[in-house]
Amino acid sequence: MIELQDIWKTYADGTHALRGVSVVIDRNEFVYLVGPSGAGKSTFMKLIYREEVPTKGQISVNGFNIGKLKPRKIPYVRRNIGVIFQDYRLLPKLTAYENIAFAMEVIEAPRRIIKKRTMEVLELVGLRNKHNSLPAQLSGGEQQRVAIARAIVNNPAVIVADEPTGNLDPETSWGIMNLLEEINFRGTTIVMATHNREIVNTLRKRVIAIENGLIARDEARGEYGYEI
Amino acid sequence: MKFSTFARHIREGVFNIIRNGWMSFASISSIGISLFILGVFLLMALNVNMLADQIESQVQIRVFLKIGTEQAKIDQLKTEIGNIPEVSKVEFVPKSEGIELLRESIGEDGAELLDGFNESNNPLPDSFTVEVFEPQKIAFAAKKIEALNKSDQSVPITDINYGKGTVETIFKVTDAIRNIGIVIVLGLAVTAIFLISTTIKITILARRREIGIMKLVGATNNFIRWPFFIEGALIGIIGSVLTVILLFVGYYQLIEVSQYQLGLMMFKLVTIKEASLIVSVPLIVLGTLIGVWGSILSVRRYLKV
Repeated sequence: MIELQDIWKTYADGTHALRGVSVVIDRNEFVYLVGPSGAGKSTFMKLIYREEVPTKGQISVNGFNIGKLKPRKIPYVRRNIGVIFQDYRLLPKLTAYENIAFAMEVIEAPRRIIKKRTMEVLELVGLRNKHNSLPAQLSGGEQQRVAIARAIVNNPAVIVADEPTGNLDPETSWGIMNLLEEINFRGTTIVMATHNREIVNTLRKRVIAIENGLIARDEARGEYGYEI
Repeated sequence: MKFSTFARHIREGVFNIIRNGWMSFASISSIGISLFILGVFLLMALNVNMLADQIESQVQIRVFLKIGTEQAKIDQLKTEIGNIPEVSKVEFVPKSEGIELLRESIGEDGAELLDGFNESNNPLPDSFTVEVFEPQKIAFAAKKIEALNKSDQSVPITDINYGKGTVETIFKVTDAIRNIGIVIVLGLAVTAIFLISTTIKITILARRREIGIMKLVGATNNFIRWPFFIEGALIGIIGSVLTVILLFVGYYQLIEVSQYQLGLMMFKLVTIKEASLIVSVPLIVLGTLIGVWGSILSVRRYLKV
């Protein structure tokens, strides 16, 4: 599903974010990406959804050779990858429904199907009754649910989540994790960067630890492993 | 592009204007204000041009003949003057007509001064009124007419009058007004573009997040561009149409108010009918182009997310 071969990423200012990373993530896996801030987690994720290009090495996601992709093709690859952020990144002037439907309008889905599918995912994330609310009228947890709904509405093969619980209280965080687990259970590969020790140590999954641009650990059913 | 997608782009473009209420208002205002000033100057330029044309067309040469010149001589001179290439029209004004013209130009109060003169003791000479194709060449034509005297021993022409000096000054003034008008209109167009590009820079900042999110969910560049494109065009059209309406309402008032005074000065303003196309079409086209250009510019910078 996701394959990185000897990936190097050096930014224009000379920072070596990744220094020879090779990883294979299979279909339907749930992977935690852990490590200190600035270790290269975000770069790792950005490479997957093609926000960044590797300086050296090969990445393939869902059969596409991401590194060599023509700019014109990028949108079509992104449609197969759902992205979730710590800060939700919803369009502030659109309602919950519109934010989610937007991701379907982009792929030119018929309106009838957009309506049906959008209500479906709103139901899944438990916000059917709040579909008309603007992001500002929703709590942080609810906004993140809208963001997740938007990420899954087009049935992507992969979901990339960059600290999805970073801004949420523990209880709300668990709600989000249950949702992600449910989505993973339905067949979507999930790569999630996190600093949440409790979640990693309780909801045991594969753990990849990145330090100084290198993979320090890669364990199935691993632990968080850092003292805060 | 699917029709439903295109309909969506139009819908989005319209909604964007409503959603970004204040920003749209600012853009529409800045387009509107710039175009309004431009429109005012366009109307002024039109009127000055018409005034200049009027003045220029009134320019003519009076050729006075020696008293007692025979009819045959007069006919011959008329043909000779008519043969000068610069001359467009020669008209013979017999002295009887000349006195009527004089009476008219003096007005009622002075007319009785002329009452003593009749057909037999009319002191005025016969004359020609000569008009030229290009008013600027009037002095040149006058010289040529004067030269006719040299080839004629009877020296029939006593005086040639074309408002020497006055005419040249009028041409200098009208030319200057036209040139200044062009410079001012160009300057305003540049100012309008500057004003609008500033507004757009602010819009860019407001939009970069939005564009980033669109790209993230897999929107193609064209898909992102279209609603902005339509939004820009609509802002330009709304701004310029409102401006044109305002401009002509104001101009109508001006005509109503000043008609009487200007009429006394033998000068009339360009009518709304005459000005409507010349002013509104360029303003609306320019407004739309500026709006579209602005939105394309603002989106292009952030499409590389």
